[in-house]
Amino acid sequence: MTDHHSDIDSVSGKSTTGHEWDGIKELNTPLPRWWVISFYLTIIWSIGYWIVYPAWPLIQGNTTGMFGYSSRADVAVELANLEKIRGDKMAALGAASLADIEKDPALLALARAKGKTVFGDNCAPCHGSGGAGAKGYPNLNDDDWLWGGTLDQIMQTIQFGARSGHAKTHEGQMLAFGKDGVLKSDEIVTVANYVRSLSGLSTRNGFDAAKGEKIFAENCVACHGDGGKGNQEMGAPNLTDKIWLYGSDEAALIETISQGRAGVMPAWEGRLDPATIKAMAVYVHSLGGGK
Amino acid sequence: MNKTVNPKDLTLDDDNGPLYAAHKKVYPQSVSGTFRRIKWGLMAFCLGVYYFLPFVRWNRGLGAPSQAVLIDLPNSRFYFFFIELWPQEVYYFTGLLIVAAVALFLMNSVGGRIWCGYLCPQTVWTDLFYAVERLIEGDRRERMKKDKSSDPLKLERISEIVLKHSIWLMIAWWTGGAWVLYFNDAPTLVKELVTFQGPMIAYVWIGILTATTYLLAGYMREQVCTYMCPWPRIQAALTDEWALNVTYRYDRGEKRTSVKKAAELRALGEQVGDCVDCYQCVAVCPTGIDIRNGPQMECIQCGLCIDACDNVMTKIGRPKRLIGYDNDINIHRRQEGKAPIYRIVRPRTIVYSAIIAAIGGFMIYTLATRSLLDVNVLHDRNPVAVKLSDGSIRNAYTVRLLNKSGYDRVIAIDANGPANATIHVIGIDSVTPDRPMIVIPRDSTSELRLLVTAPAENNPEKSVPVRFHVTDIGLGEVASATDNFVSP
Repeated sequence: MTDHHSDIDSVSGKSTTGHEWDGIKELNTPLPRWWVISFYLTIIWSIGYWIVYPAWPLIQGNTTGMFGYSSRADVAVELANLEKIRGDKMAALGAASLADIEKDPALLALARAKGKTVFGDNCAPCHGSGGAGAKGYPNLNDDDWLWGGTLDQIMQTIQFGARSGHAKTHEGQMLAFGKDGVLKSDEIVTVANYVRSLSGLSTRNGFDAAKGEKIFAENCVACHGDGGKGNQEMGAPNLTDKIWLYGSDEAALIETISQGRAGVMPAWEGRLDPATIKAMAVYVHSLGGGK
Repeated sequence: MNKTVNPKDLTLDDDNGPLYAAHKKVYPQSVSGTFRRIKWGLMAFCLGVYYFLPFVRWNRGLGAPSQAVLIDLPNSRFYFFFIELWPQEVYYFTGLLIVAAVALFLMNSVGGRIWCGYLCPQTVWTDLFYAVERLIEGDRRERMKKDKSSDPLKLERISEIVLKHSIWLMIAWWTGGAWVLYFNDAPTLVKELVTFQGPMIAYVWIGILTATTYLLAGYMREQVCTYMCPWPRIQAALTDEWALNVTYRYDRGEKRTSVKKAAELRALGEQVGDCVDCYQCVAVCPTGIDIRNGPQMECIQCGLCIDACDNVMTKIGRPKRLIGYDNDINIHRRQEGKAPIYRIVRPRTIVYSAIIAAIGGFMIYTLATRSLLDVNVLHDRNPVAVKLSDGSIRNAYTVRLLNKSGYDRVIAIDANGPANATIHVIGIDSVTPDRPMIVIPRDSTSELRLLVTAPAENNPEKSVPVRFHVTDIGLGEVASATDNFVSP
């Protein structure tokens, strides 16, 4: 751009803008005046916008505009409206019995949706976002339940927890047979192998099954029942099935027997409202393992 | 030699160098002829369809909308006579848009800017507004005189202006009014609107469209085509040397001579052009250009200059179509003394037609054979598989059933996957537990949680396909979807 003087292009006979790039000049194709005026109007509009709406950042905060508009306040209003709409539906959920919810497709869908959200917020840290659990945290998708898998039992466990300190909580724990000196090391190894044999798992060479059965009968049957079928009243797991909360290999079993186990499930009553707990119970029940 | 001008010397109204051009108002003169008749016909058809289509009824049975063409936004449905589309079938619109785009290419390669000149809403409404203006204020010369006059406004002139704008506003208002009828049951909404009980959003949209119609057709007019619309640029790129465009046949027209002089020269046996420089083609042009300057971006190719020129040629006893649909190739051929050739059928038009036929045919085929029962399956991600206490493996799926028909259906679900697998639907007490049956209400979707359990002794490999069949018990219609059954 060397020459800023406008001149007439000899080929087209039109005037140029006077801008030149390597000998090529730009023809002047005039913009319509209304277009230019519209452009200035948008600038004026933006000034009005600055005055009416929050616009300029200040050292602290920003200009608030004439009417103190804030998008945050808009969201708050929308959320409040949403709560109101949901309030009616949640009231219906709160009024229905657990069995009725399972039978009514609309209520079931609502409870599952609500339960899923609440589960994600409150239960997922331990049980996983899909309720798949982890070592020491039960998988809620399977059909093995420590404290029972009916709707009412699941609801009770969520309400009061297990070893949670709540007055109505589930009590009962796996004792530390080794640490407390009830069983000697070799006895623990023997009974661990006996427990493995209950569900058809392999046992150590030279394992004395009769001795194991005797130790089991003397120490374990009280909670785990004859044959190790477990007892949901005490939260004692079924030792004959394929599901192991802390692992089924010999080392894990020895650790369980010698150190004991007493995982804690918190009580949710008081922290979540009854309708929400109900929704959560329905959701957990509907994961697939519910009885 | 270039003449140098200092930009400081340029003024806004200087023809040689204004940077911003003042809008030159166009006063198209009335004209009659073939293309004018075609334009009237197309205008009547297009506006007739637009204004009255919402009132056409179509019986879809009780409880379903009875409007032939309806965009039901709250319920996410689109109705077009016998077709009902769901949001997930938006690809039909994609197909329609592809066909529309290629149809535009085809029009262009055959006859130039047919869309711009005859069918574009901007052209149709502007044409209508010009007709109103002409009816009230008179033809070109009268309007120019009235606009230029510096006399104080007389009652007659004021009433003309008021009447013109009132009619314009009424047309614009009706345009906005018809628009909202496509989104609601038309007779009901009309009743609500006139009793001022219509929804606020309807009034807002009528207001917006009234304003845009009034502004675009009453004031912006050719400015929309020249400066705002991207279409002319795209279309200019689509034309080729065989495309027929509204063309001044300069081989016949030049040199321009007056009628009298032409007669004298012809009597002497000399070659004279047919153009008598009467400027009728300029007078009737709705974009205010001179077609004799050759193809121009501003030209919407409405063909009115053809009519104007034909009328003059008839009057002076020369052959018609000094301006006509033609191309440069033929002009050169005539100059060389050869007969013109027209190639409507050529590779470009054949390819475009083939694309339109293929996509159109495919869409009609898929639409005709589309299933009104559908199923989508989504495997649980977390956990992907669950081991049960007896050692069997269970996978969970979210199954979405779509019943697009106008009646409730009873359907049965089967799963073909791992051997001896059983299925269970959460919350469903089916009389046939192995083959759950449920009811899906008409025109709706149902989402179910479905469990597939493979017994311990048949634990499948890491992953096997499982196919879900959904069968309408009454009609035998089947829809299916495939997913996988996974072992931990």
